[in-house]
Amino acid sequence: MELLFGLVTGVLFGALLQRAEVIRYDRQLGALLLEDMTIVKFMLTTVLVGMVGVYLLADLGLAKLSLKPLVLGGNILGGLTFGAGWALLGYCPGTAGAALGEGRIDALAGMAGMLAGAALYAEAYPTLKQTVLTWGDFGKVTLPQLLGLNHWLVIAACLVGGVLLLRWFERKGL
Amino acid sequence: MNTQVPSRNWNPYVAGALAGLLLVLSVWITGKYFGASTTYVRAAGFAESALDAARVAAMPYFIKEKPIIDWQWMFVVGIALGSFAAALLSRTFRIQAVPDRFAARFGRATGRRMLTAFVGGAVAMFGARLADGCPSGHGLSGSLQLAASGFVALACFFIGGLVVARLVYGPRR
Repeated sequence: MELLFGLVTGVLFGALLQRAEVIRYDRQLGALLLEDMTIVKFMLTTVLVGMVGVYLLADLGLAKLSLKPLVLGGNILGGLTFGAGWALLGYCPGTAGAALGEGRIDALAGMAGMLAGAALYAEAYPTLKQTVLTWGDFGKVTLPQLLGLNHWLVIAACLVGGVLLLRWFERKGL
Repeated sequence: MNTQVPSRNWNPYVAGALAGLLLVLSVWITGKYFGASTTYVRAAGFAESALDAARVAAMPYFIKEKPIIDWQWMFVVGIALGSFAAALLSRTFRIQAVPDRFAARFGRATGRRMLTAFVGGAVAMFGARLADGCPSGHGLSGSLQLAASGFVALACFFIGGLVVARLVYGPRR
């Protein structure tokens, strides 16, 4: 049953990604070259809507948060490395399959590369676990916890900041 | 009905908001947050198991992320199928090996694009696993939960991407 839910959720998400054209190489590079903010508009809207919805569910006891730990070594070095590869590939792990789905064959080479990258990481993991992944380990923390503020205050700040950023994109015609 | 003209793309705010609602529903009904990169680990585990099952069974990372088909695996497959269906219905399906922007700068040679995509994919996935997530797991699911790790990783995704995109395409003229 859980697998079926996964498939249906994926189909709906994939259709939304395709119709908004956010899975295209040209759009993803457009964002990284600061020329076309379509994917940022999509992501930011998803995050803002999701933020309100998920915290509402969590406060009502209807859902649980599932946080990834803050490990500065891994998050920063891994994040920068991901970004570098992303700029070459022009698709990300979630969107590569979708790009293939709309006929972009180069996504297949990217997916093969991602499998190779995953295999390589599995080889390196024992070493990384004792080095990079121990640097700056703060555990599963949220921004409200770090700031000592109520989460709705932080959400309100994110909403205001997000809307201002999006308005700025529209004014600039990005 | 006109069957030739491709449909226009949807407004990114509308599609993004619908994706946000979908994510909230998913968390409510199944407790699952969006993510994608762990699926590539599980798939690599499957492939390697076919070659040497005993070795894979003993590797710490494949013990942590077992080669099994789970919710996220089906989610990633679903994304490809959903995109395929939407592309057909909107008449925007198009077989293309070299993206327009890449071709305009580096030519139509398929081999060059395929090699770039392969290397980029390998680097990106290594980084995503080191960061413990990709733009789905950290960028969407992490930051919407206000996770500190999500914001740090998302910022670094864009910093790394901005720098390398600039190196690849050169300064804006």
